[in-house]
Amino acid sequence: MIEAFIFYLFASLTVASATTVVTVRNPIHAALFLVLTFFTSAVIWMTLEAEFLAIILVLVYVGAVMVLFLFVVMMLDINIARMREGFVQYLPLGIGVALVMLALMLSVVTGDIFSSEAMLEPIPKAADYSNTKALGGVLYTEYVFAFEIAAVILLVAIVAAISLTMRKRPKTKYQSPPDQIKVRKADRLRIVKMRSSNFEP
Amino acid sequence: MSEFFHSTFQFLPEPVQYTVYTLLKVVVILVPLFVVVAYYTYAERKVIGYMQMRRGPNRVGPLGLLQPFADMFKLMFKEIIIPTNSNRYLFIIAPVITFAPSMAAWAVIPFNDTLVFSDINAGLLYILAMTSVGVYGVIIAGWASNSKYALLGAMRSAAQIVAYEIAMGFALVGVLMAAGSLNLGEIVGGQRGGLSNWYFIWLFPLFMVFLISGVAETNRAPFDVAEGESEIVAGFHVEYSGMTFAVFFLAEYANMILIAMLTSLLFFGGWLSPVPGLIGDSIGWLFAKTSVFMFLFLWFRATFPRYRYDQIMRLGWKVLLPVTILWLVVEGVLVYFKIGPWSG
Repeated sequence: MIEAFIFYLFASLTVASATTVVTVRNPIHAALFLVLTFFTSAVIWMTLEAEFLAIILVLVYVGAVMVLFLFVVMMLDINIARMREGFVQYLPLGIGVALVMLALMLSVVTGDIFSSEAMLEPIPKAADYSNTKALGGVLYTEYVFAFEIAAVILLVAIVAAISLTMRKRPKTKYQSPPDQIKVRKADRLRIVKMRSSNFEP
Repeated sequence: MSEFFHSTFQFLPEPVQYTVYTLLKVVVILVPLFVVVAYYTYAERKVIGYMQMRRGPNRVGPLGLLQPFADMFKLMFKEIIIPTNSNRYLFIIAPVITFAPSMAAWAVIPFNDTLVFSDINAGLLYILAMTSVGVYGVIIAGWASNSKYALLGAMRSAAQIVAYEIAMGFALVGVLMAAGSLNLGEIVGGQRGGLSNWYFIWLFPLFMVFLISGVAETNRAPFDVAEGESEIVAGFHVEYSGMTFAVFFLAEYANMILIAMLTSLLFFGGWLSPVPGLIGDSIGWLFAKTSVFMFLFLWFRATFPRYRYDQIMRLGWKVLLPVTILWLVVEGVLVYFKIGPWSG
């Protein structure tokens, strides 16, 4: 009873906030609604007893990815009026993509593999059952190869991103902390002895 | 305690009993927390005062002991000013978003073997997730204020928290490698057997990284560039007044106490006694250890000048992160050859 209530509350919140992400005008509001969507989906995962995935969703997507997203969106000077200019022009294409997506989702949900008959309600686990341990066990034994490949692909992406920005910029001024630490008083300061008065009586 | 409560309130239906009992437990944790926060602000002003050869607050009540309440009432009766062209809803909701996670994180903190509000398996992850949500309050406050200084403060805070959260997370990976569990109670249990088994000895670099990133995560001096009075006035909360400002303030101090308590739980054996033969384990040990780290926060503020922004970024990414990764490798070797407290 209470589980159903929690599910319907957060499922409707998820759908509502996800819809708002694409309809709201202000990009910052859109990003914030995306955060809310992540949060409510985390709660739904929690009701499925996937507490590790739920907390990781909050930790990684809400705590790190969306912070960087907001960071970038706030820094950009976005002209909302200009962004909406091509709306009518791209409308047919957009509707086409939306219909394809809808068909795809319907085929998945109504198909045999993910239908509500095939996906029964999970059996509640005992309190000492550790989701994290179970996931780690599978990830590092059965799927270790795929896991490592995913890690290498991520590493390649990091290297690519860094190499794109690491070009030589001769005009940029850098501070070198080791050099700054090595500086001694004699390098910067010259003490001049002079008489207290230059006026000869 | 639970039986006593349920027998006294038998006349109520079962779910109501449960709800009331849970709410009571929340009150039992949060009310002392608020009192500690109030007197922590007093202690900060006194401690820094004496470190700077002055007396600190000593006018309201004996020895100035009523000062926190005077401050509280002052803030409560002040007007909340909402700047023109600011985003009204986000402006009001921002302090709440900072405050709520800083309270919610306390749900999984164990005070001794049995005294814990919610004994969940992934306790450590939950705390990391909650503390990472708190940054939204700062970012939203900075943006919604429609002020240059506030926006700059928010930007600084976002970059800083993302950087230090990674170092902090890696330091915690070391702790959970040692304990083999994400449950805070079991992590403390893994340090049983006196001072030599506490993790700070075996994970000393990780302890240092955790403490430094803890100070950075709470936006405290010397990493308080998000506020940076001398550069950007008060940073993200420059437009906040009255109670909205007080809520930011409360959250910051609650977070400091949380970091201090986590340090003593994860690296200093929590409620365990340093000499188990002589003195028994008790909750007093936990509070004593926590107060030491709470004092450190104040000492840092009185001692160190503020870091320059690029130095903060360099320290986070180029110093703390490599140190943690290196020590994780060392720890892996130690665990493999069964050297250390985890050998048993």
